Amino acid sequence: MSAQRNAPILQVQNLTTSFRTDDGILTAIEDVSIDVHPGETLGIVGESGCGKSVTSKSIMRLLPTATSILSPESKIMFDELNLAHCSEKDMRSVRGARIAMIFQEPMTSLNPVFTVGWQLDEALSYHTDLSKSGRRQRSVEMLRLVEMPNPEERLDEYPHQLSGGMRQRVMIAMALCCEPEILIADEPTTALDVTIQAQILKLMEDLKTRLNTAIILITHDLGVVAQVCDHVCVMYAGRVIEKGTVREIFHTPQHPYTRALLESIPKSGRREHGKRLPTIEGVVPALNNLPPGCRFAARCSIAEDQCIHNEPDLKDHAFSGRPVRCHIPINQTTAAAGSKGQA
Amino acid sequence: MWNYIVRRLLYNIPVYLGIILLLMALLRVGAADPAYTFLGKNAEPGDLERIRQQLGLDKPFLVQYFHFLWDVLTLNFEQESWGRPGRTVGEMLSTAYIPTLMITVPGLMITATISICVALISAFNRGRFADRILMVAAVVGMSVSFLVYIIVGQYYGAFQLKEWVGTEVFAIEGFDMEKNGFISGWLTYCALPVIISVIVAMGYDTRFYRAVMVEESTKDYMVTAKAKGAGRRKVMFVHMLKNAMIPIITRIMTTLPFLIVGSVLLEYYFNIPGMGNRLLGAIADKDFPVIQTFTAIFAVVFILSNILTDVLYALVDPRVRLQ
Ligand SMILES: Nc1ncnc2c1ncn2[C@@H]1O[C@H](COP(=O)(O)OP(=O)(O)O)[C@@H](O)[C@H]1O
Ligand SMILES: [Mg+2]
Repeated sequence: MSAQRNAPILQVQNLTTSFRTDDGILTAIEDVSIDVHPGETLGIVGESGCGKSVTSKSIMRLLPTATSILSPESKIMFDELNLAHCSEKDMRSVRGARIAMIFQEPMTSLNPVFTVGWQLDEALSYHTDLSKSGRRQRSVEMLRLVEMPNPEERLDEYPHQLSGGMRQRVMIAMALCCEPEILIADEPTTALDVTIQAQILKLMEDLKTRLNTAIILITHDLGVVAQVCDHVCVMYAGRVIEKGTVREIFHTPQHPYTRALLESIPKSGRREHGKRLPTIEGVVPALNNLPPGCRFAARCSIAEDQCIHNEPDLKDHAFSGRPVRCHIPINQTTAAAGSKGQA
Repeated sequence: MWNYIVRRLLYNIPVYLGIILLLMALLRVGAADPAYTFLGKNAEPGDLERIRQQLGLDKPFLVQYFHFLWDVLTLNFEQESWGRPGRTVGEMLSTAYIPTLMITVPGLMITATISICVALISAFNRGRFADRILMVAAVVGMSVSFLVYIIVGQYYGAFQLKEWVGTEVFAIEGFDMEKNGFISGWLTYCALPVIISVIVAMGYDTRFYRAVMVEESTKDYMVTAKAKGAGRRKVMFVHMLKNAMIPIITRIMTTLPFLIVGSVLLEYYFNIPGMGNRLLGAIADKDFPVIQTFTAIFAVVFILSNILTDVLYALVDPRVRLQ
């Protein structure tokens, strides 16, 4: 937890994104508010389908313009700019230059018909005044920074000549080449195997301290969060349901969903042979079939009547003062009891 | 690459030998031999014998096979045509391919250029008004029969236009390149058929190209490009287009060999002495030497254009290696 809490560089407030679909207008994320502080890593966690990618793509305005709508109340404050409603031109000067992004699928995220060098050069050409040779030199530096072997030779190679891990390194190099203030990483390691995953995470950690870039790390894997994040925001069915520091989230989860997520992390050594990992029963409700009450109620072990009928607000917990969206949040004592019962 | 081309050519030799074998066998099976088919039921036995001897049809099949192969190999197309006695097969074919290519080559180039541009406009404005109008136009264009285009084209494009302008712009039919020089000859006799062939092909091609482009637009690398700060134009015209060119080139290349066949309908209605017309005539006349020789040439063109397709493929798609 290296980050000091100075003023946030990115403030997302009441971000609500809907899609025009065949079933009418469906709201994928609702009232999402997150702050990103300089140099810190914010994790956004939740099962798949919870709206993590929609959140990140909304911040970058990468959703299809024809079918997606950001509500008028949505605010994404980055300096004086409200990214939610600024012009496409302003947005372009932010994308890649001040906020960069890497994606889940390194196999398909790079353009297959251009060389690695061309693609790095392109990013630099939009946001720097470097000459052609200057850009080439910078590309080599960047590849070296992401620990790519033989960076000069890599420049002339095509994505298909690289492994998944190497491609993700290229993506990271490309994202960081213009020294952005924020890097959004949407499940950057999900498609990679475990050893490569650890390498990429370590690389991101190193680069974060070195370049003082804030990171928004999106993942469904709390193990990854524990490794690299400072703060965590837990999402469920398009809603933020709990926020806190990594310590707080792991030691005193307040929302039953957070606790259920924690219980489903594989813990090496503690796991008894032949015993299956507890998983959360059921699935995330579909956008066109959201329940009237708490969206997690149907899967929640402690749900009461009010949970089924009224949706709780995101409000500060009476004990900890941390925001949680639950009628009957777990307090510290019951949290401890809950995890003891599980172990 | 040259290595690859030579190897492909060598691999295709047995294929070609097989094609010729099949072709000759097919022309010789059936109820009667080619000479009999040609002369009809009431042929004099003497005539039959003469024709057979002339083409070596009385010799064993394998002898005929190697004889014909040798002719193709040495480009000896001196056999007499049956349909037009006194003219050789070589003459028949070499005079016909020029008018055909003068229509099909510009036709293909113009069609490809315009449909790629229209498809780009459509894909760029996907779902918006311009896209819808263009796609409706493409479907309407596809739904009208080729014959309607020819007849309307001849009536308004040639006949009525001449009335309005007072002088002939496009000829209703015919083909005479000597009269006023090449350019004016081409404009008079070829331009209208080319325009019609472009209109006919455009609906199909535009829709296909647009589908390819829309498909490419949904790929992950498009989002990456945008996330880097690329503008919409750069994303479409550089990132998307280069990927879309791979299926587009394939489609264009597959039509390449058919350039030498030409359009039978166009040539027939515009009375152009091209390959389409000539082949139609040869089939009607049961002109066995012309059909056999043309098919042998067509097979060569087909094989060569396949090889060319693969080479081009490797040039635009780095994932394809020539091996
Ligand atoms: N372009 C889109 N059009 C319609 N619905 C979408 C679109 N993109 C995402 N969604 C919906 O939004 C919800 C959240 O998706 P997403 O953010 O991708 O989840 P994840 O948390 O796994 O990243 C899903 O129900 C998904 O179906
Ligand atoms: Mg996702």
